Amino acid sequence: MNPNLPNSLRTGPDERGHFGIFGGRFVAETLMPLILDLEKAYADAKADPAFQAEMNGYLKNYVGRPSPLYLAERLTEHLGGAKIYFKREELNHTGSHKVNNVLGQIMVARRMGKKRIIAETGAGQHGVATATLCARFGLECVVYMGAVDVERQQPNVIRMEMLGAKVVPVQSGSRTLKDAMNDALRDWVTNVHNTFYCIGTVAGPHPYPMMVRDFQSVIGDETRKQMQEAEGRLPDSLIACIGGGSNAMGLFHPFLDDPSVEIFGVEAAGHGLTQLHAASIAGGRAGVLHGNRTYLLMDDDGQIQDAHSISAGLDYPGIGPEHSWLHETGRVAYLSATDDEALAAFQLLSRLEGIIPALEPAHAIAKVMELAPKRPKDHLMVVNLSGRGDKDVPQVGDILKGKKK
Amino acid sequence: MTTRIDARFAELAKQGRSAFVTFLMAGDPDPKTSLDIIKALPKAGADIIEIGMPFTDPMADGPSIQAAGLRALKAGMTLKKTLEMVRGFRKDDDATPLVLMGYYNPIYIYGVDKFLADAKAAGVDGLIIVDLPPEEDTELCLPAMKAGLNFIRLATPTTDDKRLPAVLANTSGFVYYVSITGITGAATADSTVVGDAVARIKRHTKLPVCVGFGIRTPQAARAIAGKADGAVVGTALVDALRDSLDTTGQATTKTVAAVADLVASLAQGVRGAKQAAE
Repeated sequence: MNPNLPNSLRTGPDERGHFGIFGGRFVAETLMPLILDLEKAYADAKADPAFQAEMNGYLKNYVGRPSPLYLAERLTEHLGGAKIYFKREELNHTGSHKVNNVLGQIMVARRMGKKRIIAETGAGQHGVATATLCARFGLECVVYMGAVDVERQQPNVIRMEMLGAKVVPVQSGSRTLKDAMNDALRDWVTNVHNTFYCIGTVAGPHPYPMMVRDFQSVIGDETRKQMQEAEGRLPDSLIACIGGGSNAMGLFHPFLDDPSVEIFGVEAAGHGLTQLHAASIAGGRAGVLHGNRTYLLMDDDGQIQDAHSISAGLDYPGIGPEHSWLHETGRVAYLSATDDEALAAFQLLSRLEGIIPALEPAHAIAKVMELAPKRPKDHLMVVNLSGRGDKDVPQVGDILKGKKK
Repeated sequence: MTTRIDARFAELAKQGRSAFVTFLMAGDPDPKTSLDIIKALPKAGADIIEIGMPFTDPMADGPSIQAAGLRALKAGMTLKKTLEMVRGFRKDDDATPLVLMGYYNPIYIYGVDKFLADAKAAGVDGLIIVDLPPEEDTELCLPAMKAGLNFIRLATPTTDDKRLPAVLANTSGFVYYVSITGITGAATADSTVVGDAVARIKRHTKLPVCVGFGIRTPQAARAIAGKADGAVVGTALVDALRDSLDTTGQATTKTVAAVADLVASLAQGVRGAKQAAE
């Protein structure tokens, strides 16, 4: 680790929303007053024990937390190295980690008196979580989803509609997650008076990266406690997939100040890093998009490039700003896995553990397959199984039958 | 320091009328036609020219201006070529103010200091950067002021009296009042409501206030120009340009005239308005 790091890596961002040079509030003036209101409302909520108590109640009885920390014995045996634990976020209500954040934001929205919720979604997991909590609290819900993603994640589109949400297929740009976020921002600028934008990842203008991280940190907090119970000590390594990076940040953040814990983020390398991919840290550089400065895929003129990943949830040309900072400080190592590696991991996990993972965490599993065999048998490795694969069954089924790729 | 923008507003004040401000995307539908259009604007009646810097992800723009940016990028437009276009315009016109409008990332990647030096040298007078609120003034606003460029800020219906002083603090040239909450080209501005908003802003600043978003017709331009120091029209011009293209999106012999004719009729509207209340 870099010896010039601050005493704690957990104190960011600063009051202007910066993690080092990353983060910030790069938004249109129309949104700025609302973003300042949100910052205040979130600070008030955070300091209010009643808010925390109410949220903990829903996390336990509605979401089903804590999620188990499960020893994956057959995968451990198969790889012949590190002892592999899964943090089973895929068992949460709605099938992924996304619900942790949405619950928190919806409760903040209610405190602010907002009746209309908008969200962007890639794989549809954040959209489903948002539609679910809007149904639970009787709020209007509009979800922006790239037309390409609407096509490849049909099961989630149907779920959102059953939950009463309006799904808007986005036809602009590359018609994936980045464009869904553009259209959600356009909606927000237009309906700023009554609308709350529920961002699905640790990105966007301050305070979103901080707020989403805080809501997702329940993952790492539980893992810490559960590993203590299971093994009597801290894990030796953590690994999670990264699109925007919320499941990863939720697992990593409570361990950032424990230097004995190695931390790995896995970006989507798509067809490979020299071809179409979605690995912003491996293949991008610092720029400004969607309200924050962070690593982005772009050309020499600063035009944003289309990302590609087999996984709709990772198909985004950026990454949360705190990840960019953790990369530059050297605290977290960012790796990448290709479409093919993720598919192989998807199949291996299904057969060995009886768990069909979402394509997103299949990227993390792919790197576990590389890292675990090189670690000793007493090495404790935790991988965030951030979502279940039900939504991917039709797509992967088609690919395996050789229908399309 | 007096810029071309300051000089132009002083001149218009003497004439007792408001400014007509046009917006078009640099490089739309191709760099050459785009320069021809920009060159035709002053004669057609544009007092100030805003030139959009194309960006892949224009979060505050509606479908028309998004499409214009993509046409320009497809035709090979870059920020460097936008500055070349400004130099091309300045060969024949040293008086009409030129304002570049767009998003921060292409400038950040070009390099802020190099961009400001190159823009000033090319003959740019001001910048409007949608995603740089006062909270991010150290990024570009303060360096631009130092480099002698006006940094024109957007004020919106959500910018209340408490926030206005912060928004106006480092603004120069003019204030651009966004008349609606929304994206470009989406809704129509109500001139009475706009008049009240302009009066509110003028209680906080001596700068001219121009109004944009939602102005499409000579009648609307006249109504807004009667309440403000200037009226900005963008989407309607971009739409006229688009409608003049052939089925493959290429310029036709009608393209330059299609834009210039609409500019002329809108300029008539603005010139028909009474002088804005000072």
